[in-house]
Amino acid sequence: MSSALIDLIWESTLETLYMVAVSGIIAALLGIPLGILLYVTRPRQILAQPVAHRVLGLVTNVGRSIPFIILLVAIIPFTRMIVGSSIGTNAAAVPLTIAAIPFVARLVEGALNEVPPGLVEAAQSMGATPMQIVMKVLLPEARGGIINGLTITVVALVSYSAMAGAVGGGGLGDLGIRYGYNRFNPTIMLITVVILVVMVQVFQSVGDYLVRKSDHK
Amino acid sequence: MISLDKVSKTYGSGAGAVSALVDIDLDVPQGAIYGVIGLSGAGKSTLIRCVNLLERPTNGKVHIDGEEMTAMNAAQLRAARHRCGMIFQHFNLLTNRSVYDNVALPLELMRESRQTIRERVESLLEMTGLADKAHQYPAQLSGGQKQRVAIARALATRPKVLLCDEATSALDPQTTASILTLLQEINQKLGLTILLITHEMEVVKTICHRVGLISDGKLVEDADVGDFFTAPRTQLGRTFLNDFLELEPPRALVERLEAAPSAQTHPVVRLTFSGDSVSTPLISKLSRDHGIDVSILQAKVESVQGRTLGLMIAELMGQAEQTTQALATLESFDLHVEVLGHVQRTD
Repeated sequence: MSSALIDLIWESTLETLYMVAVSGIIAALLGIPLGILLYVTRPRQILAQPVAHRVLGLVTNVGRSIPFIILLVAIIPFTRMIVGSSIGTNAAAVPLTIAAIPFVARLVEGALNEVPPGLVEAAQSMGATPMQIVMKVLLPEARGGIINGLTITVVALVSYSAMAGAVGGGGLGDLGIRYGYNRFNPTIMLITVVILVVMVQVFQSVGDYLVRKSDHK
Repeated sequence: MISLDKVSKTYGSGAGAVSALVDIDLDVPQGAIYGVIGLSGAGKSTLIRCVNLLERPTNGKVHIDGEEMTAMNAAQLRAARHRCGMIFQHFNLLTNRSVYDNVALPLELMRESRQTIRERVESLLEMTGLADKAHQYPAQLSGGQKQRVAIARALATRPKVLLCDEATSALDPQTTASILTLLQEINQKLGLTILLITHEMEVVKTICHRVGLISDGKLVEDADVGDFFTAPRTQLGRTFLNDFLELEPPRALVERLEAAPSAQTHPVVRLTFSGDSVSTPLISKLSRDHGIDVSILQAKVESVQGRTLGLMIAELMGQAEQTTQALATLESFDLHVEVLGHVQRTD
């Protein structure tokens, strides 16, 4: 294999990691608060707001139901506004982030829902404010579930990032399609797939480790 | 210290409305341990949650230490809850916090300084016998230890009142006893007023001063524990007592019991002695004065809050007029007589 090809594979790997990292971090920063809001506004929850809950739920579901490849092109004007261009790795990171936010939010909501209601009741009996309940009870107790959700998100992002080629985002998936499929080079295809498999394995193992470390259940 | 004034709680409205509590009047004096007992679904849980307003009563007023809880806004209520600790059946400890940090939680919520928190938590762990467990997590503790942590946590803010929601129901009898002893110590040393709900008469018998019996959302008895155990005023109270004392007639006897007396039957009675009647040599007196034989089928003596309670199931064996007179004599003593039925004479 030529050194040019090796460089290309290395570069694509970095592009994939970059897209996953940027979209993963921003999606976590926005998706976790959205997930918390979804949970605390539920009926009979600490900040029950049935109408707001339904609106948030609807928006989240819409976000999750749009196929990624369509989202990728549909939000091009928005992408251009954010990163100044509609093509390239940064441009691919925007739709990845947008797709991941509702995904994270639902997983966080689910993780919070696993916290026994008795713990919230106990905190209320101690005179905790809703904010204190979120910060000192819900989030710490759901920590394992949230990390698990973020791991699932990162793995999904690795997979979604393969479609980034559609907007010239690069990455391993794009390399596999262009060199492996379009140019009939099964070796390249195999290498990209192997790298992706290893990447997912590593992310999952790190995630599992963090879950184990953070939970005392 | 705690007073409920015509407290009602209704869930839902219209035709589907369910009354969980109906016009509950209840008063727990400063320093008392008050136990509310009742069957599952009677409204006990709702009652205790209405005290610190985890559930807001539909009607009525709740006062703790002279302050009207039901008139407070959210911030006032949170402040009042710092003065009112609560423990739960399933402990409700935070699994991702150590024992130390669990006890520290209510103090953190009040934004106490690290120094204050350390002093307070250490003394509480000492008091509850958990000093060596400070850095363990709840998952590493036994049920009794978890409830001790919960008690320490509930006491962290130096409350005047402790609410116990079935606090020993998930524990085995031995552990229950040790938790009850701890609650009693707290009550005596700190002068803490305790309101507890339970379905276990053992809890009421062991530590309560007063007892309330709740049935279908109504408080049907409200008495000193000694009075309740010697003379419950309601049928439900009597059932609770007999179940607790396991003073039910043997099954073989129940099958032979007939409701109406005849010339061929003997009455079977359940006697509940208390106060002076305990020391009266009643059985020999009956034999001597009325010429009957008394066959004791079951008997038991219990001590409740310093008062002695005697229970007995006995068959009065003699001619009809003799046993009738004997029953009348029994009624004249300071004891409760209940005729369970009549059995065919075998003599």
